Amino acid sequence: MTGWEPVIGIEVHVELATRSKMFCGCAVEFGAEPNTRVCPVCLGLPGALPVPNRTAIEWIMAIGLALNCAVSERSVFHRKNYFYADLPKNYQISQFDIPVCRDGYLDVSVDGETRRVGIERAHMEEDTGKSTHVGAGGRIHAASSTLLDFNRSGVPLVEIVSKPDIRSAAEARAYATQLRALVAELGVSDARLEEGSIRFDANVSVRPEGDGELGTKIEVKNMNSFRSLERAIAFEIRRQIEVLESNGGLAQETRHWDEEAEVTRPMRTKEGSSDYRYFTEPDLAPMSMDRGWVEQVRSMLPELPAARLARYRDAGLDEDLAGVLSDSPAPVRHVFEAALAAGAAPRPAANWLTGEVTGWLRRTDTDPATLPLSGDQLAELIAMVDDGTVSTSAAKEVLEGVLDGEGRPGEVADTRDLVQISDSSALEAAVDEALAANPEAVANFRAGEKKVVGFLVGQVMQATQGRADPKLVNRLLNEKLSS
Amino acid sequence: MSLHELTVVEAGAKLRSGEATAVDLLETVLERAHRTEAQLHAYLTLDREGALVAARTADADLGSGVDRGPLHGIPVALKDNMCTRGVETTAASQILAGYRPPYDATVVTRLRDGGAVIVGKTNLDEFAMGSSTENSAYGPSFNPWDISRVPGGSSGGSAAAVAAGSAFAALGSDTGGSIRQPASLSGIVGLKPTYGTVSRYGLIAFASSLDQIGPLTKSVTDAALTLEVIWGHDPLDATSYPGDYPDPSADLDAGVDGLRIGVVGELAGEGYEPAVEGAVSATIDALANAGAEVVEVSLPTVDIALSAYYLVAPAEASANLARFDGIRYGHRAPGSTTEELMARTRAEGFGPEVTRRILLGTYALSAGYYDAFYGQAQRVRAGLRDEFATAYQEVDVLVSPTSPTVAFRAGAKIDDPLSMYLTDICTNPLNLVGHPGISVPVGVDEQGLPIGFQVMAPALGERVMFRVAAEVERLAGFDARPQLEEVVA
Repeated sequence: MTGWEPVIGIEVHVELATRSKMFCGCAVEFGAEPNTRVCPVCLGLPGALPVPNRTAIEWIMAIGLALNCAVSERSVFHRKNYFYADLPKNYQISQFDIPVCRDGYLDVSVDGETRRVGIERAHMEEDTGKSTHVGAGGRIHAASSTLLDFNRSGVPLVEIVSKPDIRSAAEARAYATQLRALVAELGVSDARLEEGSIRFDANVSVRPEGDGELGTKIEVKNMNSFRSLERAIAFEIRRQIEVLESNGGLAQETRHWDEEAEVTRPMRTKEGSSDYRYFTEPDLAPMSMDRGWVEQVRSMLPELPAARLARYRDAGLDEDLAGVLSDSPAPVRHVFEAALAAGAAPRPAANWLTGEVTGWLRRTDTDPATLPLSGDQLAELIAMVDDGTVSTSAAKEVLEGVLDGEGRPGEVADTRDLVQISDSSALEAAVDEALAANPEAVANFRAGEKKVVGFLVGQVMQATQGRADPKLVNRLLNEKLSS
Repeated sequence: MSLHELTVVEAGAKLRSGEATAVDLLETVLERAHRTEAQLHAYLTLDREGALVAARTADADLGSGVDRGPLHGIPVALKDNMCTRGVETTAASQILAGYRPPYDATVVTRLRDGGAVIVGKTNLDEFAMGSSTENSAYGPSFNPWDISRVPGGSSGGSAAAVAAGSAFAALGSDTGGSIRQPASLSGIVGLKPTYGTVSRYGLIAFASSLDQIGPLTKSVTDAALTLEVIWGHDPLDATSYPGDYPDPSADLDAGVDGLRIGVVGELAGEGYEPAVEGAVSATIDALANAGAEVVEVSLPTVDIALSAYYLVAPAEASANLARFDGIRYGHRAPGSTTEELMARTRAEGFGPEVTRRILLGTYALSAGYYDAFYGQAQRVRAGLRDEFATAYQEVDVLVSPTSPTVAFRAGAKIDDPLSMYLTDICTNPLNLVGHPGISVPVGVDEQGLPIGFQVMAPALGERVMFRVAAEVERLAGFDARPQLEEVVA
């Protein structure tokens, strides 16, 4: 395995979650009854014409800007011609030589290091319909029939092509994961791998280390998770090296990742060469993305993960905590910002949110968007711990109460009787009772066994249902025992 | 004069004066169709029921004071490549036999909103590919002036119906001359408007960057009035012109005094019938006598326009016609695999001319040939646009014959595609540049066959184009009519 350098590029297809499709008014909706989100345009009926979706153009611009791409001032749609049953017009409206976005990069962190992966281009196209092969385990060549659903036909699709800058399967996975997070952050796609709203293909080749030439490129498809993307690439790298080391030759081809067997297999190639006969789409005028429009889109970009992470670190969070919080759902992060605005310190706020709050969301299976906690409430809770109003353990209970809708932290502490007893006169009775009830412990203490104080503190805590300030109890006990 | 010979304007006057109803007009054209269709085969589908409902509505509306404009109550025919909801629309192809669209083309909606009565769907060359209407999968149409001859094409059914009086007006589509040439060969007026001014939504595409819908009528005024009903910006067509539209009827009576008229030098000479050249130069002389300044203009690239056209149009067609695969609608041939089903459907469903153009276009777009063919054709197009722009700095309109010949005999060119293609030599440059052009009948040859005169204008120059066309119509005083009844008898 040594002596070889893998060279990997990733092609990503992102379905945009616009309200309507790319070239018609049909709804973009995953999981609807087949062929119910269709019209003459997305069914390719005779005479129907495409009209571009302005929001989709803005969203691909947003993706491009987030990937540090240049946005073309003028961009052109092309027809990509090929026959396939789920492609209604038998051409796909796509882009060829003038994509909307080009020449960008994404900084990817892998094992604590940052690697810059170049972005060749991001272009706009339309999705195809969906074929379901019936019979024979869903394999096309043995299927008895094929069902077609055109709900997906015409859904706006952005294809993001990386430069061949990736050097390992782990890097590829990191790139894919972080690109997905970025797209999700922009709010332009559901970006769900399992629903196919984001799809990854890999171009893999290997070359002798130090060689400037690129090896034979193999395209690998059908990876349905980040894990399978990583494993498929790792397998493909090993396979190519084995072939080359046994003096075999590699031919450019497309291979299919078999999830169960964990191998890539050659795909049956379409007959003939893939000459798509691209030409300018005559039904659509060239798009012009004037600078004012681009800047308007740029000004609407949300804070991107890299910038946010840096900001969290600057606020004093350590690397891990900053990372976990940055990856948290937006509503959780919004509570963080609001709590800081309400005066909370960053570290306890981040700890509460990434610990107890995230745990509660998971345990109760609650949609983060409905998180019933405000920044004010979190700040109040933290202040109560700081000033000793509640103990740290009681604070967890207070939080539960707040999340269960029982009121503000102060109210919950009151109604649940969780306020710490910090008044020595209020505690003296309980301390005296504990001493009276445990003469043996008292005797032992006086005999020099000082650690029985811990036992006595426990007794007082129990008697006060945990509300006593343990430090105060300790002091009172020591005073009384030593007197 | 019998009702069926009236123009749209004359028929409209009778409706409004109460001398005739929309139902009367409809019955007139249906009766006329009944007596001529066996000879002409202008129609593929007559929608008697739908038309009757529309005519009754038009009468009721007019009775209650609602007047929807110049086409209110007027029976109009549509070329069968425009989608009509629920009414069979075939583009004269076997591959769309029985196809009923679920929606109306924008022009159909505009006609209905304008109160027009849609009589039926007219014959055409399959997918509008041809110049004689002989390429129809459902049999050819014939010329009302001589039923041994073609009516021109591809909008030959629309031209024959209007010429014969089985429609008062018709819509056609013009990709390389398919409105103007059949209008010329059938002795009527045919207009190709500026590209982008009439919505293509619902027009079954042949070549998207060239296709344009327009009217075929008995008079220049009828053409202007029909244009006003059908044109305008359409948000469903991304190539639709969104700006201000000229008033095509504003200067119909203004004459040509003071206008500069350019005669295109390249559109004359070899291949042009003497009778055509004679009628055209007589018309030019008359325009000069009426006060126009006539100059000769040279557009050298016009000589290679036809070659460019026969790369651009088939290339776009090869993609536009890819959707006819037997999967979702239309004819389907059996096949044991999807590929076989598609291939057999297309082999069975398309006629020879359509197949020829798909192959030509596929080849022109192929890797390694793209630049030499399609790319070069687009450069010719740009050069042609420059030449026209230069010419229009000197002149207001350009003129030429519409067709080098009068109507030719059925079968004369059908086995010789190149000679058929040459019949569009005067018309297809305008499609390549997107400019408007109109054919006006100006005379007949020694056999009594009509001759058309083409007036061209820059993009959105419909106002001056119609001004000249109306004067041409007055000067020519063309009043010959096809003697079809005697042919029938």
